[in-house]
Amino acid sequence: MPLLYPLILAAVLFGIGVYGVLARRNAVLMLLGVELMLNAVNLNLVAFDAWLEDEIHTGQSLTLFTIAIAAAEIGLGLAIILALFRAVRTIDVDQVGAES
Amino acid sequence: MTATEILFLVFAVLAVGTALLAMTSRQLVHSALWLVVTLGAIAGCFVLMTAEFVAWVQVLVYVGSIVVLVIFALMMTRQPAAGPSAEVTGNRWTAAVLGLVTAGGLGATVVAGFEGERIKGDHIGTAGSLGEAIFNDWVLAFEVLSLVLLAALIGAIVISRAGSER
Repeated sequence: MPLLYPLILAAVLFGIGVYGVLARRNAVLMLLGVELMLNAVNLNLVAFDAWLEDEIHTGQSLTLFTIAIAAAEIGLGLAIILALFRAVRTIDVDQVGAES
Repeated sequence: MTATEILFLVFAVLAVGTALLAMTSRQLVHSALWLVVTLGAIAGCFVLMTAEFVAWVQVLVYVGSIVVLVIFALMMTRQPAAGPSAEVTGNRWTAAVLGLVTAGGLGATVVAGFEGERIKGDHIGTAGSLGEAIFNDWVLAFEVLSLVLLAALIGAIVISRAGSER
């Protein structure tokens, strides 16, 4: 398989994630954009691991670490968003910015 | 073109299409459900790149827990609908241009750097070989990661409690 296939797929997914983070008004959906960008990075890591045939599986080990950190990040992020929702009764990022 | 490449392209098209739907859908829960398909397609790409253990972890952690958490959060923060285009901000075109520029820049860089390189596909990331790598060579990072997870757990509990006391 050409190495470019996964790399270009990762680039496109990263771009879509950037759009999602910048364009979404709902804070939870902004977090989904971040998850998409993290997944694009994982795709790159796995592709380079398979390409370099690394003996200690650097790319795939780092992918597992990224997945764990993404889980921690989404847990903390959702806790913050729920606290915000309790405080101002909205998670619309435009309104939150305008009110504070 | 081999069967692996054709399958990879199918998964890639599926991932990009559903990612676009997830990022543009007006229905919040639909967005999260489209993202399930995207993450599943990316897991399929992992399998085709011989990373079978990572693919299963992706299905378990992302599709199994992260998306469920997100759907819970979406339902807990549901608010009355506020107009037809309430889900995107006014600067959506700036965001679209920035996304295109990012994807184009990254794509041009990888094309310039890695054109013609091929993945041979005989370096398989089984659970055994990955477990050996993590518990021999990456054990320090692994322990630090468990501390990070513990800190995130305690942090999430503290943040939710601080809000409910008021």
